[in-house]
Amino acid sequence: MYAGMLRVRLFEERVRELFAGGRIPGFLHTSVGQEAVAVGVAAALRPDDYVLSTHRGHGHLVAKGGSLRGLMAELYGKANGICHGKGGTMHIADASVGYLGANGVLAAGCVLAPGVGLSIKHRKSGQVVVTFFGDGAANRGPFHEGVNMAALWKLPVVFVCENNRWASTTAHALSAAGGSIAARAAGYGIPGEATDGNDVLAVWEAVTRAAERARRGDGPSLVEAHTVRWVGHFEGDPQAYRPRTEAAEGRQRDPIARLEAALREQHRLDDAHAARIRDGVIAEIDDAVAHAEGSPLPQPHDALTDLFAHYPWRD
Amino acid sequence: MAVMTYREALNMALREEMRRDGRVFVIGEEVGLYEGAYKVTQGLLKEFGPRRVVDTPICESGFTGVGIGAAMVGLRPVVEMMTFNFAIIALDQIVNTAAKLHYMSGGQFNVPIVIRGPGGPAAQLAAQHSQSMETYFYHVPGLKVVRPTTPMDAKGLLKSSIRDDNPVIFIESETLYPVKGEVPEDPDFVIPLGKAVVRREGKDVTVIAYMGMMYRAMEVAEDLAKEGLSVELVDPRTLRPMDTETIIGSVRKTHRLVVVEAGAGFAGMGSEIASFVTEQAFDDLDAPVERVTGANAPMPYARNLEKLKTPSKDKIAAAVRRVCGANGG
Ligand SMILES: Cc1ncc(C[n+]2csc(CCOP(=O)(O)OP(=O)(O)O)c2C)c(N)n1
Repeated sequence: MYAGMLRVRLFEERVRELFAGGRIPGFLHTSVGQEAVAVGVAAALRPDDYVLSTHRGHGHLVAKGGSLRGLMAELYGKANGICHGKGGTMHIADASVGYLGANGVLAAGCVLAPGVGLSIKHRKSGQVVVTFFGDGAANRGPFHEGVNMAALWKLPVVFVCENNRWASTTAHALSAAGGSIAARAAGYGIPGEATDGNDVLAVWEAVTRAAERARRGDGPSLVEAHTVRWVGHFEGDPQAYRPRTEAAEGRQRDPIARLEAALREQHRLDDAHAARIRDGVIAEIDDAVAHAEGSPLPQPHDALTDLFAHYPWRD
Repeated sequence: MAVMTYREALNMALREEMRRDGRVFVIGEEVGLYEGAYKVTQGLLKEFGPRRVVDTPICESGFTGVGIGAAMVGLRPVVEMMTFNFAIIALDQIVNTAAKLHYMSGGQFNVPIVIRGPGGPAAQLAAQHSQSMETYFYHVPGLKVVRPTTPMDAKGLLKSSIRDDNPVIFIESETLYPVKGEVPEDPDFVIPLGKAVVRREGKDVTVIAYMGMMYRAMEVAEDLAKEGLSVELVDPRTLRPMDTETIIGSVRKTHRLVVVEAGAGFAGMGSEIASFVTEQAFDDLDAPVERVTGANAPMPYARNLEKLKTPSKDKIAAAVRRVCGANGG
């Protein structure tokens, strides 16, 4: 989990640099500071479990085991990106690791998830689907419609709210009546648990409980992970709307530093080991960047391909 | 062949496809226990059980999303809209997810979903329940849009839509549910999407219409035959992809074209057809293309106003006479 969080952190920081240097275009939302949520969730899942993601989704995919090469090339808009350069940062999907897609429409995953759950139940595959969404998205109708149906039909869904206190420039307190997202679960008769989203073990435990319950056939759960967005809502965001102290406060509760301290205390990590992990992650990211830089742009005719599927669905 | 209603033909298509493929399931408001607001899903819960006939809470956006999610990972949902007017509530799911997922994911996921239900003018259902909803969907790349006029088409096209690997918008009509016609009982009978049909051969003018407007145009064609005008009737059946070939072929033969549509005309089906006919067959036209469309207003409730809003037989006949008269005919 330590290496996992470091991978997400260093990947996102590299992406930010590449954006600042003009190599990556678009509306870029990174998850620096929120790594414990992505990694804690992924650690609680089986490789064949599904994840539905958000506009701030790179970390979710990296944690789920997506290829950094494919992801980086996609962010570059290159032909050999996972989505052939047609999805981009807000619409990345990677079927090979059960990553059913980031979604540029907030809370969309909350209604797709019960559908995925229906299919899981129908196929009796014992899988679980996690849908991520922000505290802002929790105020949209699809959140309520999705939780209601998942609870009604006892579907194997885990709703994970990443509460980073801000929906773009709007504070959580100014948009969410009642304050707690986890408490909304009670209205639908399912467990709702608030957890420290800067503590990867706490997230892992909460989601493990929720996933076990889902696999038993007892239905969905809602986990609200409290975390801090260290960076702007999007790259280039001047953040005039929030106190400068907030990111600093977040850094004091850095999920990676916390786990590192604990591991060192237990003598499970030393300087040499930590350096090896870091160097390995950096080499992997360097390789992904070199791969993306060296990849071709899509061909003009690719703009019109993939509009319709012609192949029969695999059984 | 058996004679049955449009409603029964749809029910037969659903039943046959559910028997044929265990991944097909029906989901929507009141589709199970109540057997559908218009009884299209009659008997399905009894035969297939609640796992494959799913009654939902009232949440059009939600259960459409559920259908899409299920379609992404192996099932083939048929989503019922109680009336297609409410599909606007699910427009985000349909346009932003269903239509785009295959494209955005570079072909990794596809969405084999059918979204069906009645739409268009009915009997004094008024503004929020009478809209010709196809216009909201045929503009969107990645969607197929079907409007079946006859019981035979209802069956054959619904079966093709369910077997299609892409999202299909399938809009029926309240007024057509009780209409009877011949329907093949063969479970292998399908009508391919994207193929128009010539419902009546003629040589003087082509009239394009579908759903209730086609039935009206048929009566007009009979009446005008008595005046010596020979009307060819073309029904596109699938609005997207549109069978431009059959339409252009007919125009090349008759040299005149009238398009009838129930919805308001601005940027409507008639505009699109007039545009591609002009682009591809301008030299074959002996008169400007005429459109007979619904008036530019929401559907009023009062019976006389409702009649005024929708294209009448008189208006259709007048347009046909005009395009024919334009060449001395
Ligand atoms: C339906 C919808 N409305 C508005 C937006 C624009 N938008 C993108 S991100 C965002 C804020 C989201 O806040 P939250 O859900 O808390 O997630 P976070 O960005 O904090 O991760 C907004 C308003 C959108 N993408 N979708």
